Amino acid sequence: MRPNRTIAAALLLAAGLGAGSPGAQEKSKAIQEIEKYRAALGDDNPAELWESRGEDLWKAKRGPKNASLEACDLGLGPGVVKGAYTVLPKYFEDSGKVEDLESRLVTCMVTLQGFTPEQAKKDPFGGPGKKVPMDALVAYVAAQSRGMKMNVAGTHPKEVEAYEMGRKIFFYHGGPHDFACETCHGADDKRIRLQDLPNLTKTSDAQRAYTTWPAYRVSQGEVRSMQWRLNDCFRQQRFPELEFASPASIALTMFLAKNANGGVMNAPAIKR
Amino acid sequence: MKKKIIVASALLGAAVGCSHMASYAPVEPTNDQVKAVLKGSFREVGQAKLDRIDQDDVQRICSAASAGKALAKEDAERIEKSQLAGIKYPADGYMGDWKAGEKIAQQGTGKQYSDDPAQPAGGNCYACHELTKEEIAFGTIGPSLRNFGKVRGFTPEVQKYAYGKIYNSEAYSACSNMPRFGHMGILTEKQIKDVVALLMDPQSPVNK
Repeated sequence: MRPNRTIAAALLLAAGLGAGSPGAQEKSKAIQEIEKYRAALGDDNPAELWESRGEDLWKAKRGPKNASLEACDLGLGPGVVKGAYTVLPKYFEDSGKVEDLESRLVTCMVTLQGFTPEQAKKDPFGGPGKKVPMDALVAYVAAQSRGMKMNVAGTHPKEVEAYEMGRKIFFYHGGPHDFACETCHGADDKRIRLQDLPNLTKTSDAQRAYTTWPAYRVSQGEVRSMQWRLNDCFRQQRFPELEFASPASIALTMFLAKNANGGVMNAPAIKR
Repeated sequence: MKKKIIVASALLGAAVGCSHMASYAPVEPTNDQVKAVLKGSFREVGQAKLDRIDQDDVQRICSAASAGKALAKEDAERIEKSQLAGIKYPADGYMGDWKAGEKIAQQGTGKQYSDDPAQPAGGNCYACHELTKEEIAFGTIGPSLRNFGKVRGFTPEVQKYAYGKIYNSEAYSACSNMPRFGHMGILTEKQIKDVVALLMDPQSPVNK
Protein backbone atom coordinates (compact mmCIF):
# COMPACT_ATOMS: atom_id res chain seq x y z
CA MET A 1 0.00 0.00 0.00
CA ARG A 2 0.95 3.60 -0.55
CA PRO A 3 1.42 5.98 2.39
CA ASN A 4 -1.62 6.94 4.42
CA ARG A 5 -1.41 10.42 2.97
CA THR A 6 -3.19 9.40 -0.21
CA ILE A 7 -5.94 7.76 1.81
CA ALA A 8 -6.26 10.89 3.94
CA ALA A 9 -6.50 12.98 0.77
CA ALA A 10 -9.22 10.68 -0.50
CA LEU A 11 -11.13 11.03 2.74
CA LEU A 12 -10.91 14.82 2.58
CA LEU A 13 -12.15 14.64 -0.96
CA ALA A 14 -14.91 12.34 0.17
CA ALA A 15 -16.02 14.81 2.83
CA GLY A 16 -16.24 17.53 0.17
CA LEU A 17 -18.25 15.36 -2.18
CA GLY A 18 -20.67 14.24 0.47
CA ALA A 19 -21.56 17.74 1.63
CA GLY A 20 -24.72 19.02 -0.02
CA SER A 21 -24.76 19.45 -3.76
CA PRO A 22 -21.67 21.22 -5.02
CA GLY A 23 -21.87 23.49 -8.04
CA ALA A 24 -21.09 22.07 -11.42
CA GLN A 25 -17.56 23.36 -11.71
CA GLU A 26 -16.74 22.32 -8.17
CA LYS A 27 -18.09 18.88 -8.96
CA SER A 28 -16.19 18.37 -12.17
CA LYS A 29 -13.08 19.50 -10.28
CA ALA A 30 -13.82 16.82 -7.70
CA ILE A 31 -14.13 14.21 -10.47
CA GLN A 32 -10.78 15.34 -11.89
CA GLU A 33 -9.26 14.99 -8.42
CA ILE A 34 -10.52 11.42 -8.22
CA GLU A 35 -9.02 10.68 -11.63
CA LYS A 36 -5.69 12.06 -10.36
CA TYR A 37 -6.02 10.01 -7.19
CA ARG A 38 -6.72 6.90 -9.20
CA ALA A 39 -3.72 7.58 -11.45
CA ALA A 40 -1.50 8.13 -8.39
CA LEU A 41 -2.60 4.80 -6.99
CA GLY A 42 -1.69 3.02 -10.21
CA ASP A 43 -2.29 -0.66 -9.69
CA ASP A 44 -2.81 -0.17 -5.98
CA ASN A 45 -6.36 -0.18 -4.75
CA PRO A 46 -7.29 0.54 -1.12
CA ALA A 47 -9.62 -2.50 -1.42
CA GLU A 48 -6.47 -4.61 -0.96
CA LEU A 49 -6.73 -3.82 2.75
CA TRP A 50 -10.20 -5.40 2.78
CA GLU A 51 -9.05 -8.32 0.65
CA SER A 52 -6.20 -9.23 2.98
CA ARG A 53 -8.37 -8.78 6.07
CA GLY A 54 -10.95 -11.00 4.37
CA GLU A 55 -8.40 -13.73 3.70
CA ASP A 56 -7.42 -13.70 7.38
CA LEU A 57 -11.09 -13.88 8.38
CA TRP A 58 -11.72 -16.75 5.95
CA LYS A 59 -8.97 -18.77 7.64
CA ALA A 60 -9.59 -17.63 11.23
CA LYS A 61 -11.29 -19.93 13.73
CA ARG A 62 -14.37 -17.98 14.81
CA GLY A 63 -17.82 -18.44 16.32
CA PRO A 64 -19.25 -20.88 18.88
CA LYS A 65 -17.81 -23.83 16.92
CA ASN A 66 -14.36 -22.20 16.73
CA ALA A 67 -14.10 -23.10 13.05
CA SER A 68 -12.80 -21.37 9.95
CA LEU A 69 -14.74 -20.87 6.69
CA GLU A 70 -12.20 -22.91 4.73
CA ALA A 71 -14.65 -25.81 4.26
CA CYS A 72 -17.36 -23.47 2.89
CA ASP A 73 -18.75 -24.47 -0.52
CA LEU A 74 -19.19 -21.25 -2.49
CA GLY A 75 -20.45 -23.11 -5.54
CA LEU A 76 -17.37 -24.84 -6.91
CA GLY A 77 -16.93 -27.28 -4.02
CA PRO A 78 -15.84 -26.99 -0.36
CA GLY A 79 -12.91 -24.62 0.06
CA VAL A 80 -12.72 -23.48 -3.57
CA VAL A 81 -12.55 -19.68 -3.61
CA LYS A 82 -10.88 -19.15 -6.98
CA GLY A 83 -13.54 -18.37 -9.56
CA ALA A 84 -16.44 -18.85 -7.14
CA TYR A 85 -17.81 -15.32 -7.61
CA THR A 86 -18.34 -15.98 -11.33
CA VAL A 87 -20.92 -18.76 -10.70
CA LEU A 88 -22.99 -16.92 -8.07
CA PRO A 89 -25.90 -16.66 -7.39
CA LYS A 90 -26.48 -20.40 -7.47
CA TYR A 91 -28.87 -23.02 -6.05
CA PHE A 92 -27.37 -24.96 -3.13
CA GLU A 93 -28.72 -28.41 -2.21
CA ASP A 94 -27.70 -28.10 1.43
CA SER A 95 -29.71 -24.94 2.12
CA GLY A 96 -32.37 -25.59 -0.51
CA LYS A 97 -32.02 -21.97 -1.65
CA VAL A 98 -30.58 -19.79 -4.37
CA GLU A 99 -27.81 -17.79 -2.69
CA ASP A 100 -25.59 -14.90 -3.74
CA LEU A 101 -22.12 -14.50 -2.22
CA GLU A 102 -23.30 -12.58 0.84
CA SER A 103 -26.16 -14.95 1.71
CA ARG A 104 -23.90 -17.96 1.08
CA LEU A 105 -21.33 -16.54 3.51
CA VAL A 106 -24.14 -16.19 6.06
CA THR A 107 -25.09 -19.85 5.52
CA CYS A 108 -21.49 -20.96 6.06
CA MET A 109 -21.09 -18.76 9.15
CA VAL A 110 -24.17 -20.49 10.57
CA THR A 111 -23.45 -24.09 9.58
CA LEU A 112 -19.66 -24.14 9.98
CA GLN A 113 -19.00 -21.56 12.68
CA GLY A 114 -22.20 -21.90 14.70
CA PHE A 115 -23.33 -18.27 14.55
CA THR A 116 -27.10 -17.67 14.61
CA PRO A 117 -28.48 -16.23 11.34
CA GLU A 118 -29.18 -12.98 13.23
CA GLN A 119 -25.55 -12.77 14.37
CA ALA A 120 -24.24 -13.57 10.89
CA LYS A 121 -26.41 -10.84 9.30
CA LYS A 122 -26.06 -8.26 12.08
CA ASP A 123 -23.53 -5.85 10.52
CA PRO A 124 -23.79 -6.25 6.76
CA PHE A 125 -22.12 -2.93 5.80
CA GLY A 126 -19.22 -0.94 7.23
CA GLY A 127 -19.45 2.76 8.06
CA PRO A 128 -17.39 5.56 9.58
CA GLY A 129 -15.15 3.99 12.21
CA LYS A 130 -16.77 0.58 11.78
CA LYS A 131 -15.10 -2.17 9.79
CA VAL A 132 -17.22 -5.33 9.42
CA PRO A 133 -16.18 -8.91 8.53
CA MET A 134 -18.78 -9.19 5.72
CA ASP A 135 -17.22 -6.41 3.57
CA ALA A 136 -13.77 -7.96 3.97
CA LEU A 137 -14.92 -11.50 3.13
CA VAL A 138 -16.80 -10.22 0.07
CA ALA A 139 -13.73 -8.29 -1.12
CA TYR A 140 -11.50 -11.36 -0.64
CA VAL A 141 -13.77 -13.82 -2.45
CA ALA A 142 -14.58 -11.43 -5.33
CA ALA A 143 -10.89 -10.64 -5.83
CA GLN A 144 -10.19 -14.36 -6.35
CA SER A 145 -12.25 -14.16 -9.56
CA ARG A 146 -10.33 -11.25 -11.11
CA GLY A 147 -9.74 -11.80 -14.81
CA MET A 148 -12.30 -14.62 -15.00
CA LYS A 149 -15.54 -14.55 -16.98
CA MET A 150 -18.97 -14.37 -15.33
CA ASN A 151 -20.54 -17.78 -15.78
CA VAL A 152 -23.84 -18.03 -13.90
CA ALA A 153 -25.69 -21.23 -14.88
CA GLY A 154 -29.24 -20.22 -14.02
CA THR A 155 -30.58 -23.57 -15.20
CA HIS A 156 -31.91 -25.20 -12.02
CA PRO A 157 -35.67 -24.60 -11.69
CA LYS A 158 -35.07 -22.53 -8.54
CA GLU A 159 -32.47 -20.46 -10.40
CA VAL A 160 -34.82 -19.87 -13.32
CA GLU A 161 -37.50 -18.87 -10.82
CA ALA A 162 -35.12 -16.42 -9.11
CA TYR A 163 -34.09 -14.91 -12.45
CA GLU A 164 -37.71 -14.39 -13.52
CA MET A 165 -38.55 -12.87 -10.12
CA GLY A 166 -35.49 -10.61 -10.33
CA ARG A 167 -36.53 -9.48 -13.79
CA LYS A 168 -40.00 -8.50 -12.56
CA ILE A 169 -38.49 -6.67 -9.58
CA PHE A 170 -36.22 -4.73 -11.95
CA PHE A 171 -39.31 -3.41 -13.75
CA TYR A 172 -41.50 -2.97 -10.62
CA HIS A 173 -42.65 0.65 -10.29
CA GLY A 174 -43.74 1.84 -6.85
CA GLY A 175 -43.40 4.39 -4.07
CA PRO A 176 -44.18 8.12 -4.10
CA HIS A 177 -41.93 8.72 -7.13
CA ASP A 178 -43.16 5.72 -9.22
CA PHE A 179 -39.53 4.64 -9.66
CA ALA A 180 -38.32 1.20 -10.76
CA CYS A 181 -34.70 0.10 -11.33
CA GLU A 182 -35.60 0.50 -14.97
CA THR A 183 -36.35 4.23 -14.59
CA CYS A 184 -32.63 5.01 -14.39
CA HIS A 185 -31.12 1.84 -15.86
CA GLY A 186 -33.36 1.03 -18.84
CA ALA A 187 -32.02 3.25 -21.62
CA ASP A 188 -28.68 3.98 -23.29
CA ASP A 189 -26.37 6.92 -22.52
CA LYS A 190 -28.34 8.53 -19.69
CA ARG A 191 -26.99 10.49 -16.74
CA ILE A 192 -28.20 11.60 -13.32
CA ARG A 193 -26.56 14.99 -12.89
CA LEU A 194 -23.07 14.14 -14.19
CA GLN A 195 -23.15 10.48 -13.19
CA ASP A 196 -23.31 8.07 -16.15
CA LEU A 197 -25.97 5.36 -15.78
CA PRO A 198 -25.44 1.87 -17.19
CA ASN A 199 -28.35 0.44 -19.20
CA LEU A 200 -28.68 -2.82 -17.29
CA THR A 201 -30.97 -4.35 -19.92
CA LYS A 202 -28.10 -4.24 -22.43
CA THR A 203 -25.40 -6.93 -22.26
CA SER A 204 -22.31 -4.72 -22.62
CA ASP A 205 -23.45 -2.24 -19.94
CA ALA A 206 -24.69 -5.04 -17.66
CA GLN A 207 -21.28 -6.71 -17.91
CA ARG A 208 -19.33 -3.52 -17.27
CA ALA A 209 -21.46 -2.64 -14.24
CA TYR A 210 -21.66 -6.07 -12.60
CA THR A 211 -17.99 -6.96 -13.02
CA THR A 212 -16.85 -3.83 -11.15
CA TRP A 213 -18.78 -4.60 -7.94
CA PRO A 214 -17.85 -4.94 -5.11
CA ALA A 215 -15.96 -1.66 -5.29
CA TYR A 216 -13.90 0.69 -3.15
CA ARG A 217 -15.93 3.91 -3.04
CA VAL A 218 -13.55 6.85 -2.80
CA SER A 219 -16.36 9.16 -1.61
CA GLN A 220 -17.09 6.82 1.29
CA GLY A 221 -13.70 5.26 2.05
CA GLU A 222 -15.35 1.82 2.11
CA VAL A 223 -15.53 -1.34 0.06
CA ARG A 224 -19.17 -1.72 -0.94
CA SER A 225 -20.79 -5.04 -1.84
CA MET A 226 -23.51 -5.72 -4.42
CA GLN A 227 -25.97 -6.07 -1.50
CA TRP A 228 -25.01 -2.53 -0.44
CA ARG A 229 -25.38 -1.25 -4.00
CA LEU A 230 -28.94 -2.58 -4.23
CA ASN A 231 -29.81 -1.35 -0.72
CA ASP A 232 -28.77 2.20 -1.59
CA CYS A 233 -30.49 2.18 -4.99
CA PHE A 234 -33.81 1.31 -3.32
CA ARG A 235 -33.28 4.08 -0.75
CA GLN A 236 -33.02 6.59 -3.58
CA GLN A 237 -35.94 4.88 -5.29
CA ARG A 238 -37.95 5.96 -2.19
CA PHE A 239 -38.73 2.35 -1.24
CA PRO A 240 -38.50 1.08 2.36
CA GLU A 241 -35.16 -0.53 3.27
CA LEU A 242 -34.12 -3.62 1.32
CA GLU A 243 -33.18 -6.22 3.91
CA PHE A 244 -29.73 -7.74 3.70
CA ALA A 245 -29.67 -11.16 1.97
CA SER A 246 -33.46 -11.03 1.46
CA PRO A 247 -35.17 -13.08 -1.28
CA ALA A 248 -35.79 -9.97 -3.41
CA SER A 249 -32.13 -8.91 -3.16
CA ILE A 250 -30.93 -12.36 -4.24
CA ALA A 251 -33.44 -12.61 -7.10
CA LEU A 252 -32.42 -9.19 -8.42
CA THR A 253 -28.75 -10.13 -8.13
CA MET A 254 -29.48 -13.30 -10.10
CA PHE A 255 -31.04 -11.19 -12.89
CA LEU A 256 -28.09 -8.77 -12.96
CA ALA A 257 -25.37 -11.43 -12.64
CA LYS A 258 -26.73 -13.73 -15.34
CA ASN A 259 -27.18 -10.78 -17.70
CA ALA A 260 -23.47 -10.08 -17.14
CA ASN A 261 -22.37 -13.58 -18.22
CA GLY A 262 -19.24 -13.41 -20.36
CA GLY A 263 -18.06 -10.19 -18.74
CA VAL A 264 -14.60 -10.36 -17.15
CA MET A 265 -14.55 -9.79 -13.39
CA ASN A 266 -12.43 -6.84 -12.27
CA ALA A 267 -13.54 -6.36 -8.67
CA PRO A 268 -13.14 -4.86 -6.19
CA ALA A 269 -12.88 -1.87 -8.54
CA ILE A 270 -12.33 1.78 -7.54
CA LYS A 271 -15.33 4.04 -7.97
CA ARG A 272 -16.29 7.60 -7.18
CA MET B 1 -33.69 -2.82 -28.06
CA LYS B 2 -34.43 -3.55 -24.44
CA LYS B 3 -37.15 -6.03 -25.28
CA LYS B 4 -35.03 -7.83 -27.83
CA ILE B 5 -32.22 -8.51 -25.36
CA ILE B 6 -34.53 -9.75 -22.67
CA VAL B 7 -36.34 -12.05 -25.05
CA ALA B 8 -32.97 -13.25 -26.33
CA SER B 9 -31.64 -13.95 -22.85
CA ALA B 10 -34.87 -15.70 -21.88
CA LEU B 11 -34.60 -17.90 -24.98
CA LEU B 12 -30.95 -18.57 -24.19
CA GLY B 13 -31.91 -19.47 -20.63
CA ALA B 14 -34.58 -21.83 -21.88
CA ALA B 15 -32.22 -23.42 -24.40
CA VAL B 16 -29.46 -23.97 -21.83
CA GLY B 17 -32.06 -25.23 -19.39
CA CYS B 18 -33.26 -27.82 -21.87
CA SER B 19 -29.86 -29.45 -22.16
CA HIS B 20 -29.90 -30.15 -18.43
CA MET B 21 -33.55 -30.60 -17.61
CA ALA B 22 -35.93 -32.03 -20.10
CA SER B 23 -38.96 -29.80 -19.74
CA TYR B 24 -38.42 -26.76 -17.55
CA ALA B 25 -39.68 -23.52 -19.05
CA PRO B 26 -39.46 -20.21 -17.20
CA VAL B 27 -42.77 -19.00 -15.82
CA GLU B 28 -43.26 -15.31 -15.28
CA PRO B 29 -44.43 -14.69 -11.71
CA THR B 30 -47.72 -12.88 -11.21
CA ASN B 31 -47.78 -9.35 -9.89
CA ASP B 32 -49.17 -10.63 -6.57
CA GLN B 33 -46.28 -13.08 -6.27
CA VAL B 34 -43.76 -10.30 -6.93
CA LYS B 35 -45.47 -8.07 -4.38
CA ALA B 36 -45.41 -10.84 -1.76
CA VAL B 37 -41.66 -11.37 -2.24
CA LEU B 38 -41.04 -7.63 -2.01
CA LYS B 39 -43.15 -7.27 1.15
CA GLY B 40 -41.11 -10.03 2.75
CA SER B 41 -37.81 -8.44 1.70
CA PHE B 42 -38.15 -4.82 2.81
CA ARG B 43 -38.50 -3.26 6.24
CA GLU B 44 -40.06 0.02 7.26
CA VAL B 45 -37.61 2.79 8.11
CA GLY B 46 -38.65 6.32 9.06
CA GLN B 47 -41.25 7.67 6.66
CA ALA B 48 -40.87 4.79 4.18
CA LYS B 49 -43.57 2.27 5.16
CA LEU B 50 -44.28 -1.06 3.49
CA ASP B 51 -47.39 0.36 1.79
CA ARG B 52 -45.02 2.01 -0.69
CA ILE B 53 -44.80 -1.43 -2.29
CA ASP B 54 -48.55 -1.40 -3.02
CA GLN B 55 -49.09 -0.18 -6.56
CA ASP B 56 -51.83 1.99 -8.01
CA ASP B 57 -53.20 1.24 -11.50
CA VAL B 58 -50.62 3.46 -13.19
CA GLN B 59 -47.68 1.75 -11.49
CA ARG B 60 -49.09 -1.72 -12.15
CA ILE B 61 -49.77 -1.11 -15.85
CA CYS B 62 -46.46 0.71 -16.38
CA SER B 63 -44.49 -2.09 -14.67
CA ALA B 64 -45.97 -4.61 -17.10
CA ALA B 65 -45.33 -2.24 -20.00
CA SER B 66 -41.67 -1.69 -19.11
CA ALA B 67 -41.14 -5.44 -18.54
CA GLY B 68 -41.96 -6.04 -22.20
CA LYS B 69 -45.76 -6.19 -22.50
CA ALA B 70 -46.60 -3.40 -24.92
CA LEU B 71 -48.67 -0.58 -23.44
CA ALA B 72 -52.14 -0.98 -24.92
CA LYS B 73 -53.60 2.15 -26.49
CA GLU B 74 -56.71 1.86 -24.30
CA ASP B 75 -54.57 1.63 -21.16
CA ALA B 76 -52.53 4.69 -22.15
CA GLU B 77 -55.69 6.68 -22.83
CA ARG B 78 -57.32 5.52 -19.60
CA ILE B 79 -54.24 6.51 -17.57
CA GLU B 80 -54.01 9.94 -19.19
CA LYS B 81 -57.74 10.63 -18.77
CA SER B 82 -57.96 9.55 -15.13
CA GLN B 83 -54.77 11.37 -14.12
CA LEU B 84 -55.78 14.57 -15.92
CA ALA B 85 -59.12 14.55 -14.10
CA GLY B 86 -57.31 14.48 -10.73
CA ILE B 87 -55.18 17.59 -11.21
CA LYS B 88 -56.01 20.32 -8.68
CA TYR B 89 -55.15 23.72 -10.12
CA PRO B 90 -54.42 26.71 -7.86
CA ALA B 91 -57.16 29.33 -7.46
CA ASP B 92 -54.81 32.31 -7.74
CA GLY B 93 -52.66 31.80 -10.83
CA TYR B 94 -49.89 29.37 -11.79
CA MET B 95 -46.80 31.50 -11.23
CA GLY B 96 -44.71 31.68 -8.05
CA ASP B 97 -41.15 32.88 -7.45
CA TRP B 98 -38.52 31.56 -9.88
CA LYS B 99 -35.71 32.01 -7.32
CA ALA B 100 -37.50 29.66 -4.91
CA GLY B 101 -38.16 27.38 -7.91
CA GLU B 102 -34.45 27.18 -8.69
CA LYS B 103 -33.75 25.98 -5.12
CA ILE B 104 -36.46 23.33 -5.46
CA ALA B 105 -34.99 22.24 -8.80
CA GLN B 106 -31.55 21.85 -7.18
CA GLN B 107 -32.70 19.96 -4.07
CA GLY B 108 -32.44 16.17 -4.33
CA THR B 109 -33.69 15.14 -0.90
CA GLY B 110 -37.22 14.28 0.14
CA LYS B 111 -39.27 11.11 0.72
CA GLN B 112 -36.22 8.87 1.20
CA TYR B 113 -36.18 6.97 4.51
CA SER B 114 -32.96 8.81 5.26
CA ASP B 115 -34.69 12.21 4.92
CA ASP B 116 -36.35 14.24 7.69
CA PRO B 117 -40.09 14.16 6.85
CA ALA B 118 -40.53 17.51 8.62
CA GLN B 119 -38.44 19.22 5.91
CA PRO B 120 -40.01 20.04 2.53
CA ALA B 121 -39.00 17.72 -0.32
CA GLY B 122 -37.12 18.95 -3.36
CA GLY B 123 -38.08 18.48 -6.99
CA ASN B 124 -34.57 17.40 -8.06
CA CYS B 125 -35.32 18.64 -11.60
CA TYR B 126 -31.61 18.91 -12.47
CA ALA B 127 -31.13 15.19 -11.82
CA CYS B 128 -32.85 14.59 -15.18
CA HIS B 129 -33.24 17.94 -17.01
CA GLU B 130 -31.11 20.78 -18.33
CA LEU B 131 -32.66 24.06 -17.16
CA THR B 132 -30.39 27.11 -16.76
CA LYS B 133 -27.22 27.83 -18.67
CA GLU B 134 -25.30 28.24 -15.41
CA GLU B 135 -25.94 24.74 -14.05
CA ILE B 136 -23.97 22.29 -16.15
CA ALA B 137 -24.36 19.36 -13.74
CA PHE B 138 -27.68 18.24 -15.20
CA GLY B 139 -28.93 14.76 -16.08
CA THR B 140 -30.33 13.52 -19.36
CA ILE B 141 -33.16 11.12 -18.44
CA GLY B 142 -35.65 13.86 -19.35
CA PRO B 143 -35.53 16.39 -22.22
CA SER B 144 -33.74 19.74 -21.98
CA LEU B 145 -35.96 22.51 -20.60
CA ARG B 146 -33.66 25.38 -21.61
CA ASN B 147 -35.69 28.40 -22.80
CA PHE B 148 -38.90 26.57 -21.83
CA GLY B 149 -41.11 29.68 -21.81
CA LYS B 150 -39.27 31.54 -24.54
CA VAL B 151 -39.78 28.68 -26.99
CA ARG B 152 -43.43 27.93 -26.12
CA GLY B 153 -44.61 31.49 -25.42
CA PHE B 154 -45.18 33.22 -22.08
CA THR B 155 -48.93 32.57 -22.13
CA PRO B 156 -51.39 31.50 -19.41
CA GLU B 157 -52.12 28.33 -21.42
CA VAL B 158 -48.47 27.24 -21.29
CA GLN B 159 -48.32 28.16 -17.58
CA LYS B 160 -51.32 25.93 -16.97
CA TYR B 161 -49.76 23.10 -18.99
CA ALA B 162 -46.48 23.39 -17.03
CA TYR B 163 -48.38 23.30 -13.73
CA GLY B 164 -50.36 20.24 -14.82
CA LYS B 165 -47.30 18.44 -16.17
CA ILE B 166 -45.41 18.90 -12.89
CA TYR B 167 -48.51 18.00 -10.85
CA ASN B 168 -49.09 14.79 -12.78
CA SER B 169 -46.88 13.88 -15.75
CA GLU B 170 -48.97 10.76 -16.43
CA ALA B 171 -51.85 13.01 -17.51
CA TYR B 172 -49.89 13.96 -20.62
CA SER B 173 -47.69 10.95 -21.26
CA ALA B 174 -48.69 7.55 -19.85
CA CYS B 175 -45.80 5.69 -18.20
CA SER B 176 -43.55 8.74 -18.22
CA ASN B 177 -40.38 8.44 -16.11
CA MET B 178 -41.23 11.70 -14.34
CA PRO B 179 -42.69 11.56 -10.81
CA ARG B 180 -46.23 12.86 -10.21
CA PHE B 181 -45.12 15.67 -7.90
CA GLY B 182 -48.56 17.06 -6.97
CA HIS B 183 -50.63 13.89 -7.23
CA MET B 184 -48.28 11.99 -4.89
CA GLY B 185 -47.80 14.87 -2.45
CA ILE B 186 -44.09 15.30 -3.13
CA LEU B 187 -44.32 19.05 -3.76
CA THR B 188 -46.91 21.51 -2.38
CA GLU B 189 -49.05 23.76 -4.57
CA LYS B 190 -46.78 26.71 -3.70
CA GLN B 191 -43.65 24.75 -4.59
CA ILE B 192 -45.09 23.70 -7.96
CA LYS B 193 -45.95 27.34 -8.71
CA ASP B 194 -42.35 28.31 -7.91
CA VAL B 195 -41.08 25.68 -10.37
CA VAL B 196 -43.59 26.89 -12.99
CA ALA B 197 -42.09 30.38 -12.54
CA LEU B 198 -38.60 28.96 -13.02
CA LEU B 199 -39.80 27.64 -16.40
CA MET B 200 -42.12 30.48 -17.39
CA ASP B 201 -40.90 33.79 -15.91
CA PRO B 202 -39.22 35.85 -18.65
CA GLN B 203 -36.69 36.94 -15.97
CA SER B 204 -35.84 33.34 -15.00
CA PRO B 205 -32.35 32.15 -16.02
CA VAL B 206 -34.09 29.25 -17.79
CA ASN B 207 -35.20 31.80 -20.41
CA LYS B 208 -31.95 33.77 -20.57
